[in-house]
Amino acid sequence: MGEIAASGRNWGERKAAAEPLAQKHGEARRLVAVLELTNISKHFGAIQAVNDVSLSIEAGQVVGLMGDNGAGKSTLVKMIAGNFPPSHGTMQMDSKELILHKPVEARQHGIEIVHQDLALCNNLTAAANVYLGRELRRGVGPFRILDYAAMYKRAGQIFAELKSETRPRDLVKQMSGGQRQAVAIARTMLSQAKIVLMDEPTAAISVRQVAEVLNLIRHLRDQGIAVVLISHRMPDVFDVADRVIVMRRGRKVADKTIASSSPEEVTGLITGAIEQV
Amino acid sequence: MAVTLDQTIAHKQHTLLSKVFASQTFWVVIAVILACLFLSVATDSFATTKNLYNITRNVTFVAIVALGMTFVIITGGIDLSVGSVLCLCSMVLAVTMHAGYGIEIGIGAAIATALIIGAFNGVLIAYLGFPPFVVTLGMLSIARSLAMVASNNTVVFQFGPDHDKLLALGGGAWVFGIANPVLYMIVLALITGFVLRWTKFGRHIFAIGGNEHAATLTGVPVRQIKVVVYMISALAAGLAGIIQTGWLGAVTTNLGNGMELQVIAATVIGGANLAGGMGTAFGAVVGAALIEVIRNSLGLLGINAFWQGVFIGGAILLAVLFDRIRNFRRND
Repeated sequence: MGEIAASGRNWGERKAAAEPLAQKHGEARRLVAVLELTNISKHFGAIQAVNDVSLSIEAGQVVGLMGDNGAGKSTLVKMIAGNFPPSHGTMQMDSKELILHKPVEARQHGIEIVHQDLALCNNLTAAANVYLGRELRRGVGPFRILDYAAMYKRAGQIFAELKSETRPRDLVKQMSGGQRQAVAIARTMLSQAKIVLMDEPTAAISVRQVAEVLNLIRHLRDQGIAVVLISHRMPDVFDVADRVIVMRRGRKVADKTIASSSPEEVTGLITGAIEQV
Repeated sequence: MAVTLDQTIAHKQHTLLSKVFASQTFWVVIAVILACLFLSVATDSFATTKNLYNITRNVTFVAIVALGMTFVIITGGIDLSVGSVLCLCSMVLAVTMHAGYGIEIGIGAAIATALIIGAFNGVLIAYLGFPPFVVTLGMLSIARSLAMVASNNTVVFQFGPDHDKLLALGGGAWVFGIANPVLYMIVLALITGFVLRWTKFGRHIFAIGGNEHAATLTGVPVRQIKVVVYMISALAAGLAGIIQTGWLGAVTTNLGNGMELQVIAATVIGGANLAGGMGTAFGAVVGAALIEVIRNSLGLLGINAFWQGVFIGGAILLAVLFDRIRNFRRND
């Protein structure tokens, strides 16, 4: 364990030279804090799930959120998604205090979540899934019918923006894992999302599809959306993220740019071989 | 690779024809037509006006209830109480009118009864998490018992001052000599088809049946919709009860006994999936038609009526077998 830690530090030193460049790169993408968490804690009875975490998430950045099972990643994300409120601490969005009671309210504030199981209905088309819960309708007053044409059209445009080959009329039942991800991600682009929270998007799909999903994440980032990527997969985070946040036992133990870190260091932080950086 | 965006958007997985051939409903329609053709040739009595009138009218009661059941089955639920609810609503109508109230009040009371029962079922299922099978099994028993209480287990055949109006409503043939119940069925089937295909409510029903958890996460009001769905099912049973009362001219507490199984059979034969997420209004009607044609033909062909169950059961298994074969082929 000590060796891993040591090698991690060495790697960090070697990468330090690259850091100024990475910072410039980040600044070029406008470092605007969209979401700011200050001293957030959450306990369920005696269990301290999240302990005094502060962090900020910037527009057009991909943040990898890593940690072992039970490290508090999901609890943290669920608070941002409005599933439950924090016990202590404040959340600020665009410099205004953010208080969420329900997931719907998070969505209204531009916080979208892509669930680990994707929350797709196999028996419906891609477009129907994209618009699930916010279907477009046309007509007068109470006499309004589903606007199939408009939904197919907009869904098709979103898939094109995402460079996905998914077709709006195809049934989700017959899709590959990557295409299914595209459908779930397309949902987040219906409204003006500011933050997209992604829970293990690459956990259960093939290698080729992982590349597809990472590309989808880059497309979101390029549109100025802040992406929080929860993942167990080190290569994915180092491939696509700009920054990595590591949590262990409810605490934030690292928050640094990808360029200034290394897989070995992150592994050490996750396991506890490295206490904190 | 010159695929334009418009082409992608317009791209369909199946042509209209391949979609038709792949649908269970289509093959059931073929089965009904073939059976009718065969019976017209094999018997003298099938293709008579009187017999066809009989068949179409008999189809309607099961079909109307099956339309309501379709909503429930698409959400992945089941409603076993429809036969008893039909009986109770008939009885409420009969007793109210027998007591001297007009037909409007009688029908109003019957519909209110149906909606209350549906809401009761729905709330227990959606908000308290009872399994649909158990709740509606309980209601099957409760509703029939209430019908007996309401009538003191007698036959009601006098419907007060509006007696003739009620009989005309159910037994008349106001348009082109088509039996009124058939007209009601057609109208209700069109409404059902429209709701399922063109409304947000219909879309959400399919979503709940496809993946209830996903529907909840995406903000679909799953609980409210489930309550409404069970209310629709009970309402359909109530309407069928009202029409049947007018048709028969008498109500016994035996009315609609065992009907729930016929209704479920009709929806399943018509292509609805008991696991949820699939079903059509047309399928429900066609399924009801197939069951009735089988029943009718056995009588005309002189086959002992005791064999009825075997043939109807066989039709159910065949319909589902067909679905399994399609799935196997897809998985290959």
